[in-house]
Amino acid sequence: MSLVNITPKKGDGKSIKAGAGPSEGSAITVPVTKDASQQRQKRMIANHFDKLSTAKEDGKKVAYTFVPGNLTELMGAFEMLPVLPEINALQSGMRGKSGAYISEAERGGHSEDVCSYVKCDIGMLRSGNVGPTGKTLPSPDLLLLSYTGCFTFMKWFELLKAEYNCPVVMLHVPYQADGIITPEMRQYVIDQLKSDVIPQMEQITGKKLNLDKLAEQLARSRRAEDALVKVWESAKNRPSPIDGYFGGVYYIGPIFSAFRGSEDAVAYYEELLAEVNDRIKTGEGPMTPAGVMSNQKYRLVVEGPPSWTHFNEFWNMFSNEGAIAVASTYTRVGGLYDQGFRHDPQDPLGTLADYCLGCYTNRSLPSRIDLLEKYIKSYSADGFLINSVKSCNSFSAGQLMILRELEKRTGVPGAFVESDLVDPRYFGKANIENRLQSYLQMLEARRNGNIAASGSSPVVIGSAP
Amino acid sequence: MRVCVGVDLGSTTTKAILIDEDGQIVGKGITNSRSNYEVASAVARDEAVTSARFNLLARKLEALKGEGSGDIHALDAKLRAAFRLELYLDELAALRLRVTEVVAASGPRGSAQVKDALVAIFDRMLGDAPALFLEGDARKSDFFRDIAGAAFMHAAEKLAGERGMRFEELTWPFDRAILDVETELRELDFAATLGRAARRIGGGLPEGAKKRLFDIVDSVGTEPIDEIAFSGTGYGRQTLPFPKAAVRSEILCHGRGAHRYFPGTRTVLDIGGQDTKAIQVDDKGVVTTFQMNDRCAAGCGRYLGYIADELNLGLHELGPLALKSCKNVRINSTCTVFAGAELRERLSLGEEREDILAGLHKAIMLRAMSLLARSGGVKSELTFTGGVCKNEMATKVLRELVDENYGNEITLNVHPDSIFMGALGAALFALDDLRAGKANLLVVKRPDKKAMTSFAQPDDACASCA
Repeated sequence: MSLVNITPKKGDGKSIKAGAGPSEGSAITVPVTKDASQQRQKRMIANHFDKLSTAKEDGKKVAYTFVPGNLTELMGAFEMLPVLPEINALQSGMRGKSGAYISEAERGGHSEDVCSYVKCDIGMLRSGNVGPTGKTLPSPDLLLLSYTGCFTFMKWFELLKAEYNCPVVMLHVPYQADGIITPEMRQYVIDQLKSDVIPQMEQITGKKLNLDKLAEQLARSRRAEDALVKVWESAKNRPSPIDGYFGGVYYIGPIFSAFRGSEDAVAYYEELLAEVNDRIKTGEGPMTPAGVMSNQKYRLVVEGPPSWTHFNEFWNMFSNEGAIAVASTYTRVGGLYDQGFRHDPQDPLGTLADYCLGCYTNRSLPSRIDLLEKYIKSYSADGFLINSVKSCNSFSAGQLMILRELEKRTGVPGAFVESDLVDPRYFGKANIENRLQSYLQMLEARRNGNIAASGSSPVVIGSAP
Repeated sequence: MRVCVGVDLGSTTTKAILIDEDGQIVGKGITNSRSNYEVASAVARDEAVTSARFNLLARKLEALKGEGSGDIHALDAKLRAAFRLELYLDELAALRLRVTEVVAASGPRGSAQVKDALVAIFDRMLGDAPALFLEGDARKSDFFRDIAGAAFMHAAEKLAGERGMRFEELTWPFDRAILDVETELRELDFAATLGRAARRIGGGLPEGAKKRLFDIVDSVGTEPIDEIAFSGTGYGRQTLPFPKAAVRSEILCHGRGAHRYFPGTRTVLDIGGQDTKAIQVDDKGVVTTFQMNDRCAAGCGRYLGYIADELNLGLHELGPLALKSCKNVRINSTCTVFAGAELRERLSLGEEREDILAGLHKAIMLRAMSLLARSGGVKSELTFTGGVCKNEMATKVLRELVDENYGNEITLNVHPDSIFMGALGAALFALDDLRAGKANLLVVKRPDKKAMTSFAQPDDACASCA
């Protein structure tokens, strides 16, 4: 989610006149040079994929795992290298490769209705397993299946197990059906870590778990998490110095993937926070693909993942109309730090259990509604938008009910668009743009309440010749 | 007259509405969207201006009463029909010229025999033209492409038979030329055209009434109509040939237009060529929420278009035929791509056309009901807009489904002008802009813009008013 850097279309560092952006009347003003944090993230990722490409020669063990409920610190304590198939899939989407990978998987017999992340991953694997930096990915030594609410994850790793013939270890995380984590649920996860996950990792790496090393990782996670929360909350400012959805997916790159618990991640988030704080001081908005967006007409909360195949196009639809995302739930799928959770070095296994149990994907519909309501209110949003993706039945089910309930509770109108994660066939630009522009114009009309009385006498229409 | 203009550029038709500064509708126009949206918008607007002038004319004609001019309404109708004929003849002349050019540039394909046959075809079309525009005559379509296409094919078929030529030898120049002709923006000289129309019908009137008629026609034809504000809407937003600040969402426009016609409207169902929208509005006509189909155009107007083509029927014939059905045929697919396959399968199973059509209409409206439910349900009053609301069967099925799902207390509004709701909403937004001091205008570049000329007086020689 972080490999493709935001590149201003007009070229780095060149300033353009206000209003000469992507379209007439645009909110975009001046594009700026790439932030130092972005450059750092790019280096971090390149370095990680370099390490992956020589993992076998270097004697490093590789675990494939998923973003929600990832046990990165535990893997770090064993010096295992993580590979995240979801992120590979979305990267393929952003690089325009997912369509061909999906076709490849469909030729292999996967139906059009199967999750496009899965098909994209399988297609990539069958096309040589070349990663986003052009280097071949190593096969997994372990498939670490942390199950946090997505049933497809299980089926996905069943497929990968058949392809790679390697062990799968499953951490079964109980669903938060009642919106709470009971002590029994927590203990159940801890027990599995002790009885299944850690022994399996010990066997594969030939090392015993070093709890001190794990605690050090967790302490660094906490520092990165502290900084990330401040970044999220900066969006309460006007103008918001960040875009909490499109920009946000770049910010979550390190913490949701291979870097949580690393020094690199701490350095990245502290650098990012400093940049955001600078923008607050100068009253500057965030960078978008078309430049800096300081003129923010609509503050939106967004639910659902972006359409990765048309990421910049989708983002531009917002920027061109002066709409900024102040918060989003998608950027919380890998951890709800802004709701108070922090990794705790004092209780290494308990904190990993809490983390997995608290994932956004593991939450019930009512608690998702509560969270969105909180965002709409605390970020003073003018509206909220749901991007319902075709691929993800478990995530998309109930989204219209979420919309209605939020409208009822907050009085803020919601918008609904439909697309997909990485299947380019499901992105209808005119349709999505029509809905988004209609929605924003509706917000404008309701905000102004200035519909002119257009005469009260009956309409007269003469017949045409 | 000062007017605010709203244009709704749809995937199938383009509509324009003119309103005055009090928000009253003074003219409306419609044309096929063709492949050039700029031309379609300009033509729809010209049509609306024409209709505004005819409305003005109708009022002035009242003054002729009692001057031996006979039935004023009949005179009005005759003048309108004659005006349409004059427009048709102008376009036919342009088509003839373009066909001549196409044939001249086509090498051996445009043989002397073909050229000679084409001359004969156009002569016949010219001769047959007046019969196409008899007052009160119902045509399948009012668009030049359709009328001229049918006339050309009819004449070509007859001539091919008479001269032992293949039909296709004669039709290709038409196919090539029609696109150029309908996408060429021509200046409409209303005064001159109306003048010719008046001379065409003026022959039977007493001298005094005739003189008065020509005076009225002259004053109507030259009455200035000034556009003071413009707003546009429609499908395919990137390609709308309007200034960005003047573009309004079609969802907002349909909601507002429907509410303007029927102020009790709280829910709007709009089924257009490419999409279906379920819209909820408040007591001021401001949209509160909406849902629309995804990128798949299943169950939209285009689907009915394909079905009509498959059955070799006009779009307007589908509804009446479906109404004759007395058997319930269940259709599961409203996929536009498979429309033909679905139809042929049913026919091969021995189902009657009207029963299949009735089933298709029901399938379409069931999809719309699902969208309505997703948008928050149906509240009284429900106003049905868009091209599909002109289909009687669609309206009947909607009424039944609304009764079934929401009770029979719901008022269902369908206006003969429902297709213009989007354009009306746009015109009202233009009026808002005008009142807020930020009006936009639609500038259309026309070749060789001629000054509005006064209608030549009746003693001018004219072949058609002998």
